[in-house]
Amino acid sequence: MATAALPRDHAAGASHEATGLWSWITTVDHKRIGILYGATAFLFFLMGGLEALLLRWQLGRPDNTFLSPDVYNQVFTMHGTTMIFLAVMPLSAMFFNFMIPLQIGARDVAFPRLNAFSYWVFLLGGLFINSSFLFHAAPNAGWFGYANLTSIQYSPAINIDFWLLGLQMLGVASLAAAVNFATTIINLRAPGMKLLRMPMFTWMSFITQVLLLLAFPVITVALILLMMDRFFGTSFYVPTGGGDPVLWQHLFWIFGHPEVYILILPAFGIVSEVLPVFSRKPIFGYTAMVFSGIFIAFLGFGVWSHHMFAVGMGPIADTVFSLTTMLIAIPTGVKIFNWIATIWGGSIRYRAAMMFALGFIAMFIIGGLSGVMHAVAPADLQQTDTYFVVAHFHYVLFGGSIFALVAGAYYWFPKMFGRMLDERLGKVHFWLMLIGFNLTFFPMHFLGLNGMPRRVYTYPAGLGFSFWNAVATAGSLILGTSFLVFLINIIKTWRTRPTTPIPADPWGGATLEWSIPSPPPPHNFEEIPTIDSRDPLWAAKRKAGGTLPEPVRGSGAGIHMPPPSYWPFFAAWGILIFLVGFLVGVKLPIILAGAALLLVSVFNWAFEPVE
Amino acid sequence: MPRSAESSFRSGRWSRWLAPLLALVVVGCAEHYPQTTLLPKGDFARMVDHLLRTTVWWATGVFILVEGALVVAMIRFRERPGDPEPKQTHGNMALEIAWTIIPAAILAIIAVPTVRTIFKTSELPGGNSVQVDVIGHQWWFEFRYPMGKDTVVTADEMHVPLGRTVDLRLTSADVIHSFWVPQFAGKRDMIPGHTNHFWFKADTVGTYPSQCAEFCGEEHGRMGFRIVVQDSATFAQWEAAQLAPFAGDSTDSLFRVGKTLFVTAGCIGCHAMAGQPTEHIMSMMGPNLSHVASRGTIVAGMFPESDSTMSIWLRNPQAAKPGALMKLPRPLTEPEIAALVHYVRAHR
Repeated sequence: MATAALPRDHAAGASHEATGLWSWITTVDHKRIGILYGATAFLFFLMGGLEALLLRWQLGRPDNTFLSPDVYNQVFTMHGTTMIFLAVMPLSAMFFNFMIPLQIGARDVAFPRLNAFSYWVFLLGGLFINSSFLFHAAPNAGWFGYANLTSIQYSPAINIDFWLLGLQMLGVASLAAAVNFATTIINLRAPGMKLLRMPMFTWMSFITQVLLLLAFPVITVALILLMMDRFFGTSFYVPTGGGDPVLWQHLFWIFGHPEVYILILPAFGIVSEVLPVFSRKPIFGYTAMVFSGIFIAFLGFGVWSHHMFAVGMGPIADTVFSLTTMLIAIPTGVKIFNWIATIWGGSIRYRAAMMFALGFIAMFIIGGLSGVMHAVAPADLQQTDTYFVVAHFHYVLFGGSIFALVAGAYYWFPKMFGRMLDERLGKVHFWLMLIGFNLTFFPMHFLGLNGMPRRVYTYPAGLGFSFWNAVATAGSLILGTSFLVFLINIIKTWRTRPTTPIPADPWGGATLEWSIPSPPPPHNFEEIPTIDSRDPLWAAKRKAGGTLPEPVRGSGAGIHMPPPSYWPFFAAWGILIFLVGFLVGVKLPIILAGAALLLVSVFNWAFEPVE
Repeated sequence: MPRSAESSFRSGRWSRWLAPLLALVVVGCAEHYPQTTLLPKGDFARMVDHLLRTTVWWATGVFILVEGALVVAMIRFRERPGDPEPKQTHGNMALEIAWTIIPAAILAIIAVPTVRTIFKTSELPGGNSVQVDVIGHQWWFEFRYPMGKDTVVTADEMHVPLGRTVDLRLTSADVIHSFWVPQFAGKRDMIPGHTNHFWFKADTVGTYPSQCAEFCGEEHGRMGFRIVVQDSATFAQWEAAQLAPFAGDSTDSLFRVGKTLFVTAGCIGCHAMAGQPTEHIMSMMGPNLSHVASRGTIVAGMFPESDSTMSIWLRNPQAAKPGALMKLPRPLTEPEIAALVHYVRAHR
């Protein structure tokens, strides 16, 4: 294989990368893997969005029978699971992959094949969990799958097996990626890029990797206990067997709350990149921004039981978790104030990316304030498990994470694909999304406080929930339309070939990714730069009297790049087959076949020649 | 390019939007919310409500200031043609300390009443209380009133006396549910293997809807119950009536047919029922039916109690409530349904 591929690679390497399906399956280039992550996650995002629209359609009027209760429960479980694990996390991973090496001046990540492995495990895990729809057996116990509803007694079908095995797989992908990016950021920074010179996106991504490393093992353990209960008859969570379902809640939320920061910290990073560039002013209070991020992550491990105030943990525990939760508002507030101070006194260019970043701040403030309302434990006894909570976390995860990820998409699209998204469509997208989002989720505050619990497949006409639910459903259609506009924008941009290559630095960027051609060549940098300030590109431009010449796109001859490999792909299949063996009723031959494929793949991967 | 963003901030545009928007809000508020948390009818809920309102005021203040600052910055510092490079400020120690300390102070102001209320609500107030044991089932609520050697057992409807503390012991027979009395207190989970404590004291007579607040499986959305607050005399009457033995009218032939059908059609497998061998069995799968016609609703609050609703339910429980655990061993004929409805509804 290696010898056969060699001449072809050499021929192609002169100008362009190899193309074709096989080159994508075997790629170890962080930029291609980033694009794979992005495309896959965006498709999952559209699927999760479609699920949301089904839910909203069902709730549009009282006593609706559009979805049966069983289907509704499957759809809301998959909506949450998809958006968290298959959309927002991997959309962040797209930017980790593409941007971290570029921002720190590296040629690739520390472990390029492990990176490919992460992607393939994520893809197969996502397909696995969604394939449950084909069997009318999608997971149906909610994304936090509370025990003992998930026990074999109360959920005898394979719905929960799809969920727990799928999550195990996604956990492997996330952990492998976290090891990789943490190592990359620690070890592969360009000379002179001290920790406190790293771009804010790289910083927040680094903190996210640490959170992943510490939080995911907990959910892995919790899920292994659930596997034991379901496949081997143990009773970790089964009260009739001496177990305790509350154990699951503690384990789940020790993972689950840091997970919230895993979803939002990359968004903080993106916004902290976009705001300075489009206000032409450096980030305000860089050090405070870094340390508030670290502080949020640290506190994130000490607040899990604020999801459990109704469990009845007693006044001491309620007090502790109330206060730690309130503390998180302080570093979060610092971030918001520093963002406003960043644009204050600047010269704000209203490009689509900037509008989404500003929209992020405006919406995240609302989510943050309702978060403080939840921290007030006695008040939370009313709000928990109602639509008020649904409103709150959508302001944080949609108004927060999604707005920021879309800002990142408009901001980095030119760098990733060498084409500019249409600004006018981008603004239409923004206004539709802002209006649709608020129309959908703001009324949920009223619904929750007026007594509508969450996760109900319908409600009777007499409770006064009809009006605001109809408004929310109308809003969700606008929200859906906004993403249709985004999709049209992407397709339109794709179909119109640019006549001249777009500049390396279309926005006036501050960070290293804008110093190389768009899209970057496979080897990223002709020469690894030396860094002596926080905004290296701004410093270089200032020194050169305003602008820099367009960078030349070199052939990369003489630069050693890691060769492609198909072993990560096969290793991922090994894991999938291994888990399918459990799904079909603990079939040992299938489990062993999967394990064997994994072992063979990892062995060959380890002894693969690097030349 | 920035023109569109700019012009929409001009105030003139807003007036056109404001009138219909206000109309929307008014229509929204005019609806009646019987399950609302915002009109407390008991002291626990009143404490919670007070705390919520305090927090909302602070949150509104912060919201106006911070969003205001954002909007001012967005308008004032928009790019103008020929702008020079803005001043490159990197931070301001005094400002940063200020906006760390001020939020901390606001949080401290909220934290004090929070902690005080946590402790206040965790203690059962003294005085003459009434004990109610609530047991969650997929998908209905069971209520037991231990009274010396007797126990009132009922379902779907919790009767409580006005002005007396209701001392609740909460658990579950299957999965985790959450007990919620939005008008009187908040929520407390009902966890199998645990006995949780909670309390409230109602101060307004009336009938209030509520429902399960923790996802508990297929029919979580239809797991409702009602809280009936009665003055102490009416409550005592109700208790006495629930304990009164019931023999039925043996001269009523339809009643006798129904009574036999209750056994032969399999109802007795899951339901305790006055005058049947299951009368005093506590661990039946389904709700105790001894005084079912005294309740305002059936099927966990889904239907008002009547001949027609009970017939619909008996004709095909799975069609009326998909996934419900009540499964008929065999389909019933219309005359059988009529006899059973007559028999069951005689139990007041």
